Amino acid sequence: MDLPSDSRTAVAPAPAVATARDERRRARRSRRYRWDVRFSPYALIAPFFLFFVAFGLFPLLYTGWASLHRVELGAPTDMEWVGLRNFSRLLDDDFFWNALRNTFTIGLISTVPQLLMALGLAHLLNYRLRGSMFFRVAILTPYATSVAAATLVFVLMFSRTDHGLINWGLGLVGIDAVDWQNGDWTAQLAVSAIVIWRWTGYNALIYLAAMQAIPHDLYESAALDGASRWQQFLHVTVPSLRPTILFTCVVSTIGATQLFGEPLLFSQGASPTGGSDHQFQTLGLYLYEQGWFNQHLGRASAIAWTMFLILVLIGLLNWAVGRWIRKSA
Amino acid sequence: MTEVTQTRRAPRTGGPGPGPTRRGRGPGKRGAGRQLHGGKLTYAVLVLFTIGSLFPLVWTAIAASRTNTRLAQTPPPFWFGGNLFKNLEIAWTDANMGTALLNTLVVAGTITIGTVLFSTLAGFAFAKLRFRFRGLLLLLVIGTMLVPPQLSVVPLFMMIAEFGWTDQLQSVILPTLVSAFGVFFMRQYLIEALPTELIEAARVDGASSLRLIWHVVFPAARPAMAVLSMLTFVMAWNDFFWPIIALTQGGEPTVQVALAGLGRGQIPDQSVIMAGALLGTLPLLLAFVLFGKQIVGGIMQGAVKG
Repeated sequence: MDLPSDSRTAVAPAPAVATARDERRRARRSRRYRWDVRFSPYALIAPFFLFFVAFGLFPLLYTGWASLHRVELGAPTDMEWVGLRNFSRLLDDDFFWNALRNTFTIGLISTVPQLLMALGLAHLLNYRLRGSMFFRVAILTPYATSVAAATLVFVLMFSRTDHGLINWGLGLVGIDAVDWQNGDWTAQLAVSAIVIWRWTGYNALIYLAAMQAIPHDLYESAALDGASRWQQFLHVTVPSLRPTILFTCVVSTIGATQLFGEPLLFSQGASPTGGSDHQFQTLGLYLYEQGWFNQHLGRASAIAWTMFLILVLIGLLNWAVGRWIRKSA
Repeated sequence: MTEVTQTRRAPRTGGPGPGPTRRGRGPGKRGAGRQLHGGKLTYAVLVLFTIGSLFPLVWTAIAASRTNTRLAQTPPPFWFGGNLFKNLEIAWTDANMGTALLNTLVVAGTITIGTVLFSTLAGFAFAKLRFRFRGLLLLLVIGTMLVPPQLSVVPLFMMIAEFGWTDQLQSVILPTLVSAFGVFFMRQYLIEALPTELIEAARVDGASSLRLIWHVVFPAARPAMAVLSMLTFVMAWNDFFWPIIALTQGGEPTVQVALAGLGRGQIPDQSVIMAGALLGTLPLLLAFVLFGKQIVGGIMQGAVKG
């Protein structure tokens, strides 16, 4: 777009006799044109940045400021400077460490099986299939379901007594009814099941897209070298997918850190404690409880910043692992 | 994967629908450079995953068509009962699902229009125009994409409390009206889809920026705008964290806030809760039946570019 500013007048055929009025009009038009080219980029990004700064960037930074204050839900404008006390109290709170641990375990047992299944699923979908579009749409359907709707259904399926669908199924194979909601790891497993159900298909499609971009001759030469189908998957498909796998790991990790709706609605009466014994309270839920039930908005801000720092740490770790893998390859 | 006999796949060309390349498999076709056929095991596993994906949805409908007493009996129901419309009616009126659906339509619709329009304009500017601080601003946009929404809820809540917007729909709409992902998505698309020569030609012809956007940028961006619309609509419809904080009293709930209310036991009847869940999911399911192919294509396209 770096046209010379007078290119229009240069290209336009000059009239044989240019009157002074024509001259003036042309000058005006070319000036307007110059202004247009110069300032329209800003006009184009202005609406976005207006909202972005007001409702995205400003709150982002202000959270840091709020975390250094005592702010109550009832009077959010009365802020009292407390320095780092919100953070130090957080570190003394057993429920914070509990929530951190839960977020980590639920994140792990939901992300790892999910991504592994998605990888296998993508591999299968990459074959030439009858009705392949049907399969793709079908496995993506849970993505259309909201956290709330999905969790309510799973709550019913995971009913604690033996008439619950899952306990009934377990009963068929001779396993006693499990108290999904009040159990410790069973509740975490159930919450993870919701996450896995909603996101496996989505990740499978992302892997599938990346698989379809793998150049063909890689497989051909592998086949010539006598690699079996499994070896090809292991030595051609997976290495080619490495950036995509890293990408889904990062996205899923971010998602897992923010886990909120599933544990909220999975607990009796949608309480923010994450179960009778806080057994599946995540950091997101802990933030909600501190801010909107215990009414400490300042402390909630401190939790938000802590979550962010953890994410940054995970990001750095991811990056280091990625670099290490690239180097060793 | 021994059930597969071919070793080569075709370079990706469209979907695997019926076409001249679709022939029987056999060792004779080894060098044909075609995609591998899935074997019986492949289909079996895929059918299993399909059932797993769809079953909870079907079962929502089954549970919604039964009574609460029936749901508490063993074995659980596996086929539809006759109580569906009664439950839907209770959910619609008592649980506020009617209002909630309308509110969500307004919220998700406005957010979609805003996001797609503003993302296209900004995405075009970032893709094809030169201006000061372009790189820096773009980096800012991409950087904030990775920041969790939790990081801004407290100040946002303070803002809407200050403006007196609690329990009003604009408190949900305005903070979500633009999306950094949208800008990035449109930029990536327009870099390739919109030839710079076309813009230059239009400029040489003396087109103003407005004309340029209307006659060149929008037509070129249309496929990506459609994809972004669908993704944004699904996201806005299903958004949970911020609406449940912003619409605390539940006077004007979105579907998700109303569903959370059901979970709180405002209606203790399980079959009615399922009817509510069904009502909240049905519009998007319908969209999936109609546009499933495009949504799948959009996600896969976004994956390669993103």
